[in-house]
Amino acid sequence: MKAKVHVFLKPGVLDVQGKAVEQALHGLGWSGVEGVRVGKTIEFDLAADDRAAAEAEVKAMCDKLLANTVIESYRVELA
Amino acid sequence: MKAAVIVFPGSNCDRDCKVAVERSTGAQVEMVWHGDTALPGGLDLIVLPGGFSYGDYLRCGAMAALSPVMAEVKAAAERGVATVGICNGFQVLCEAGLLPGALLQNERLKYVCKPVALEVTNAQTRFTSGYGGRREVVMTVGNGEGNYFADEATLDRLEGEGQVVFRYRDNPNGSARDIAGIVNPKGNVLGMMPHPDRAFEAELGSADGAILFQSALASA
Repeated sequence: MKAKVHVFLKPGVLDVQGKAVEQALHGLGWSGVEGVRVGKTIEFDLAADDRAAAEAEVKAMCDKLLANTVIESYRVELA
Repeated sequence: MKAAVIVFPGSNCDRDCKVAVERSTGAQVEMVWHGDTALPGGLDLIVLPGGFSYGDYLRCGAMAALSPVMAEVKAAAERGVATVGICNGFQVLCEAGLLPGALLQNERLKYVCKPVALEVTNAQTRFTSGYGGRREVVMTVGNGEGNYFADEATLDRLEGEGQVVFRYRDNPNGSARDIAGIVNPKGNVLGMMPHPDRAFEAELGSADGAILFQSALASA
């Protein structure tokens, strides 16, 4: 199974990188851009047959290492 | 008196910390590799140094917090051994759950490296008792991700319980409520972004850091 984990700073936590990118886009003329957030994607293969079990496992990985839930939220995609 | 400095791959203030603790306190300092599964016996102080452990991969301090030796550091901290995390060491302590909150990228996306004036917010901790009546000390910061963050309830609790130990006079990185250093509820685990290890003798511009190490060991 292929797993993709998307990690972003939580809403309300200042994303300074996102802010800088937003300002750069404005500078290029895209004035309608708002709320830019810069996150990261972590993808990997996972030996698992059962989707529910795989999802629980990836969530455990997120809570233990892949995300810091004090400041970040994550979303898991399995395919 | 015996202290240990934990060395992670990518630590770069580990030797500074060893020299700083030795020269300011005369304690014997051992370097402990992150892969070790035991700490030297009879430790009075553990120092987690600054640097870029594991290249800051994933998040600052995230991988280091899961190093084999950290299980021992946690156990020692729970037993009451004085433990101080400086800069990257502070990030490691937060990631390891020994201190609340997290360190974000600096507000203005800039690495800041300069001496800063700090308010000694709580002079009654085992790390600050040596400052006596002094309310201000000077140490150097050197960080790109030193912007302390915690939710409002946690910040209120830290302030209410006297766990905020140092505050910036002139906030260099956007830290919530100007926080530069905090302790755990028991008061034996300190995390701070400024470097006492870069301020342990007058030739370095300030000797205020020496007093912190002396206090920590005097109360051991």
